[in-house]
Amino acid sequence: MTQEYWRWKEYTWHAPDVSWQHGKIITAGVDVGSVSTQAVVMVDGKLFAYANRRTGFSSPDSARRAMESALEGTGLTIEQIHYIVGTGYGRVNVPFAHKTMTEIACHARGAHFLYGASVRTVLDMGGQDCKAIKVDAQGKVVNFLMNDKCAAGTGRGLEVIADLLQVPIEEMGELSLQVEREPEPVSSTCVVFAKSEALGLLRKGWKKNEVLAAYSRAMALRVAALLRRIGIEKEFVITGGIAKNIGIVTRLEKELGIAARKPDFDTQIAGAVGAALIAKKIIEER
Amino acid sequence: MRLERRIAMLTAGIDLGTKTTRVIVLNDDTILAQRAVLTGWEPQQAGENALTAALEDARRARDDLARVVATGAGRQAFSLAQHNVTEVTADARALAFLHPRVRTALDVGAEEARAFKIAANGRVLDFAVNEKCAAGAGIFLETMARTLEVTLDEMSALALQATGAVTLNSQCTVFAESEVVSLIHAQTPRAEIARAVFASIAARVASLARRIGIEAEVALVGGIAHSVAFVAALQHELGMEIQVPRDPEYIGALGAALIASDSVSLRGA
Repeated sequence: MTQEYWRWKEYTWHAPDVSWQHGKIITAGVDVGSVSTQAVVMVDGKLFAYANRRTGFSSPDSARRAMESALEGTGLTIEQIHYIVGTGYGRVNVPFAHKTMTEIACHARGAHFLYGASVRTVLDMGGQDCKAIKVDAQGKVVNFLMNDKCAAGTGRGLEVIADLLQVPIEEMGELSLQVEREPEPVSSTCVVFAKSEALGLLRKGWKKNEVLAAYSRAMALRVAALLRRIGIEKEFVITGGIAKNIGIVTRLEKELGIAARKPDFDTQIAGAVGAALIAKKIIEER
Repeated sequence: MRLERRIAMLTAGIDLGTKTTRVIVLNDDTILAQRAVLTGWEPQQAGENALTAALEDARRARDDLARVVATGAGRQAFSLAQHNVTEVTADARALAFLHPRVRTALDVGAEEARAFKIAANGRVLDFAVNEKCAAGAGIFLETMARTLEVTLDEMSALALQATGAVTLNSQCTVFAESEVVSLIHAQTPRAEIARAVFASIAARVASLARRIGIEAEVALVGGIAHSVAFVAALQHELGMEIQVPRDPEYIGALGAALIASDSVSLRGA
C-alpha cells in the first residue's frame, strides 16, 4: 500500500480539570465538514472534550464516530448531553442533534469564544470551502463572503498537491518556507491546472519546497482577495484545517500586512465549539 | 501552370494542443494524411514527430510543403511553421469549409473550451473562452471516467442507459470527484453517475455558449464530440440540434492547413 500523503492524523482531547458529573448544562456541537468532522462537548461553557475525525462516506456515521470518540473514557453518554447542535456541510445528517445551525454562525461564535471578544474578522479555511466572516463584539455575524464553488484555496486543493508532491500534509507548511527566495506563484487558479503546472515545474528541475512555495503563495493570494472584498478588520483570526499550515498563514499575513492571532488549541474545532455554545444559549433561554 | 500550382499547394496544418498534437497534410482541398501524437512535455518534438509521420503517410517530403501553419496552445513554440493562428480562427476556417451554415461553434479541448460566432463569410464575430476552470473542459470527463474506473467511451455508453435520476451538486472537478466517490459508495448505479457527469459538463459548456449568444446552426468540435452522450447532453441543455463534423478532433489542424493554402494561393495570384 502506498503512503497517502493527504491523510492527516485524527485525535481526541480531554480537559484535565473539567468534570461533567457536577455540570449544570452539558452541551455538544458536531461540525460535519466535507473533509473532517469535529465533536466538541462543553460543560457549563467550558471545553470538556473534543475529537477530530475524517468525514467518511456517510455523514451520520462520521458524526456518531466523532461524538463517541470525544466521549470515550469519560463515562458520559450521548443521551446525558442536554442539547446538541449540528453544523457544517453535513449538518442535516447528525441523527442525534436537536437542532442544526449554519457553519457561518457557529464559526463566528466559536472564534469569539476561543480568541476573545476583540475578534472582528474570521477566516475559516475548510476542506471544501473558504469563508471570510465579519463578527461583532457579541460574536454575531455582521457579513460574510464564501467560496464553495472551487477547490482553489481549500483543504481539498491542498490535499491534491500533497499527494502530487508526496509530502505529508502536516509537513507542507514548514517545507514551503524552506526556500532561499520566494518564487513566483503558480499562475493557474484551478487546482487541476495548478497540478499540471506543478508537474511542469518539477520537470524543469524545481525542488519540491520551491513548488510548494509557489503553490502556497498562489493560495494565499486567492484567499487575500476574498478577505479584501469583505474588508479586513483587527483582530483577525484563521480557523479550519489550513490555519495549521504555517506556509500559507505566513504568506497570507505578509500579503495582507496584518498578523493573525495565534491559537493555543486546534483551529479545526471553532465550528463545533460555536455549535456547543449556541446549544448552551438555547438551554439557558428555555 | 496548373501542375505547378498543384505542387505548390501542398500545405500542412498543425494543432499543438495541451494533450494531443495533430497534423493534416492538405493538397488543395483534399486531405492526404492526418496524424495525432501525444504532446507530452515537448510540443516542438511532438509537432515534428506528427508532421514527419503525416508526410510519410502522404508519401511527401518536408520540402514539398509550400507552407505550414500552426494553431493550438503550443503554436508559438513550434519552429517549423511559418505562421500561426488562434484556435478560434482555425476552427472557423475549417467549419466554413465543411459546414458553411454553422453560425455558432463550440470547441471543447482537453484543458479549455471556446464558443464563437461565425459570419456567413467565415469571419469570427465574437468568442468566449474558458481556460481558468477545468469543469467545462475535457479533463473533467477524463477525471470522472478514471474515478468511475471506466474509459471515456464506456462512460459515454453507460450514460446513454441512464434515466437521469442523479445530478451532481459540485461544479469543481476536484469536488465533483469526491462527490462521485460518495455516489459510488452509496451504491448509485454507475450509469446514473455517468449521465450526471455529462449533464454537468454540458451545463458548463452551454453557459459559455450563452455568453456570446447562440444562433443556429450549432457545431461541436474537438475530440469530445465523438461522445454520443456528451452531444446528447449538450443538445438537451441547449434545446437544439448540434452538428458534429467528421473527425471533429482534427478541425483545428484542418483549419490551419486551409489557412496555409489560402495564403499560398493569395501570394501566387
